[in-house]
Amino acid sequence: MKILMPALLALAIVAPVQAAKIAMEDQSQMQPVPAAAAAASVFQPPQEQDLPADAFGQLVQDGRAIFVDTRNQAAEYVGNGMNCTNCHLDQGRKADSAPLWGAYPMYPAYRKKNNRVNSYAERIQGCFQFSMNGKAPAVDSHVINALTAYSYWLATGAPTGKALPGRLYPVVAEPKGGYDLARGEQIYAAQCAVCHGDNGQGQKSGNDYVLPPLWGKDSYNWGAGMHRINTAAGFIKHNMPLGKGGSLSDEEAWHVAAFMNSHERPQDPRLIDGSVEKTRDKYHANDGVNLYGQMVNGVMLGQGIK
Amino acid sequence: MTFSRLPLAGLCALLLAAQVQAADGQKLLTQGGANPAAMACAGCHGADGMGMAAAGFPRLAGLSAGYLAKQIGDFRSGTRANPIMQPIAAALSDDEINAVSRTLAALPAPAYPRTGRAEKAEGSGARLALRGAWERNIPECVSCHGPGGLGVGDTFPPLAGQSAQYLSAQLNAWRQGTRKNDPADLMGHVARALSDAEVTAVSDYFASLNPQGAAQ
Ligand code: HEC
Ligand code: HEC
Repeated sequence: MKILMPALLALAIVAPVQAAKIAMEDQSQMQPVPAAAAAASVFQPPQEQDLPADAFGQLVQDGRAIFVDTRNQAAEYVGNGMNCTNCHLDQGRKADSAPLWGAYPMYPAYRKKNNRVNSYAERIQGCFQFSMNGKAPAVDSHVINALTAYSYWLATGAPTGKALPGRLYPVVAEPKGGYDLARGEQIYAAQCAVCHGDNGQGQKSGNDYVLPPLWGKDSYNWGAGMHRINTAAGFIKHNMPLGKGGSLSDEEAWHVAAFMNSHERPQDPRLIDGSVEKTRDKYHANDGVNLYGQMVNGVMLGQGIK
Repeated sequence: MTFSRLPLAGLCALLLAAQVQAADGQKLLTQGGANPAAMACAGCHGADGMGMAAAGFPRLAGLSAGYLAKQIGDFRSGTRANPIMQPIAAALSDDEINAVSRTLAALPAPAYPRTGRAEKAEGSGARLALRGAWERNIPECVSCHGPGGLGVGDTFPPLAGQSAQYLSAQLNAWRQGTRKNDPADLMGHVARALSDAEVTAVSDYFASLNPQGAAQ
């Protein structure tokens, strides 16, 4: 007891500092897997109507509700206009849209890069801090428990530790001549602006974003996986325009992804000493294709926007 | 000072003249346009703009002015075919279209519940509306038309407050190709993926949403 007390005290002092820390610092790209389109069969998650009417079924339903309506159901942890399902379509069920059934059985996950093991809870905390530009709920909070239960249930019958086809977003090959922001702008105006707005600002009904913002203060921040042009191209190619996934060519997906990610958005919460350059060198330089800390039209991107 | 009053008076006169010339939306609604073929909207859509469910005439009250003006333009051009509306649209001037669209947009509409994707979905209609049918690339209706199908911006009209007759007629018009005025075939490709039974179910679902505070 005598030895424990100082240790506990030290913990109590350290804890508040820890809470503000980044839960999953390494947000770099994950190992790609084959697209569902290329696979002979695709994993089928269970049906909502088959959920048991007990405490487990209720927790799963809570998780589903948080996933599709995050801004209202977990408001204190969300700092932008997004809901989880905006980037994980069909309530996290759709293959090639980073489905939760593809994710859950792959954790805890080892990352060689920083020699760390990340739990599933930490992965979700990371999504709150980057994609949702918000705060990480505590690992033992109702929000994390419910989202974990929902993911576990969706993965019913999936093998553990084996990457299933359709996990994450498929890799889309970069155009031979690189991406073209001007062409991206044209594609955006023709194919995306009707829903996401002329300035990527999204569209609302009352206080709720219905069509989510693609850039600006209410979108994902500079640390989120979607800020990588290659990651966004994979998502867009297979999932956008909504309901018409697969209609853009690989090149078009890259051009429009680059155009989208050449705009300002909230700052990377890992910002080092207030320096975009330092943050770029540490976190962005070797992470896929991205424009953080790069000059575009004479302006350095990555300044952040509030 | 005395001189500066003169141009002001001139401006007032101009404004007055403009007011006389501008089309009167309220008059268009209740009495029709300058051309007698442009019949009064109220005749079919009601003076309150809430439509006539049994006859399949839609609610226009509270729809966005931009959406309404586009639809009238589309009746004119024929990308939206309708034997009653086409001759009326052809008889309206641009000025009249804008004026009547603004008047209709400003009419009060009841408040419908903001049922969203977090809600339970029982039955095929509610499932299409709140969950979609993604195995056929059909998104949740509410993911564009907004919670409760209340409508979003100038592009996505409200579905709440429309009758099952009107909604199913529109879905079928898309399936048959008589309505093809949607941007990038966004609605057409969804409508064509629906079965007859699903058209009925999802139309019934939105038609059954009662205004807040009203009896069920
Ligand atoms: C019919 C309307 C529509 C069109 C057209 C459309 N989107 Fe989307 N998009 C959506 C909706 C709705 C969501 C959120 C999906 C959900 O919550 O289920 C979304 C989500 C996204 C997201 C992830 C969420 C975010 O805000 O970052 C990106 C990125 C995106 N769209 C990019 C595009 C691009 C690029 C295009 C053009 C090629 C496009 N979209 C065309 C409706 C549309
Ligand atoms: C702006 C888009 C966006 C939003 C919003 C978003 N995510 Fe993600 N999420 C991603 C991207 C992109 C990845 C994949 C990252 C990569 O490939 O490196 C991902 C990955 C994940 C993974 C791991 C997937 C796997 O197979 O390992 C989980 C779990 C997850 N997200 C859950 C959530 C939850 C829960 C929320 C809401 C709190 C959320 N996401 C919100 C874009 C988003």
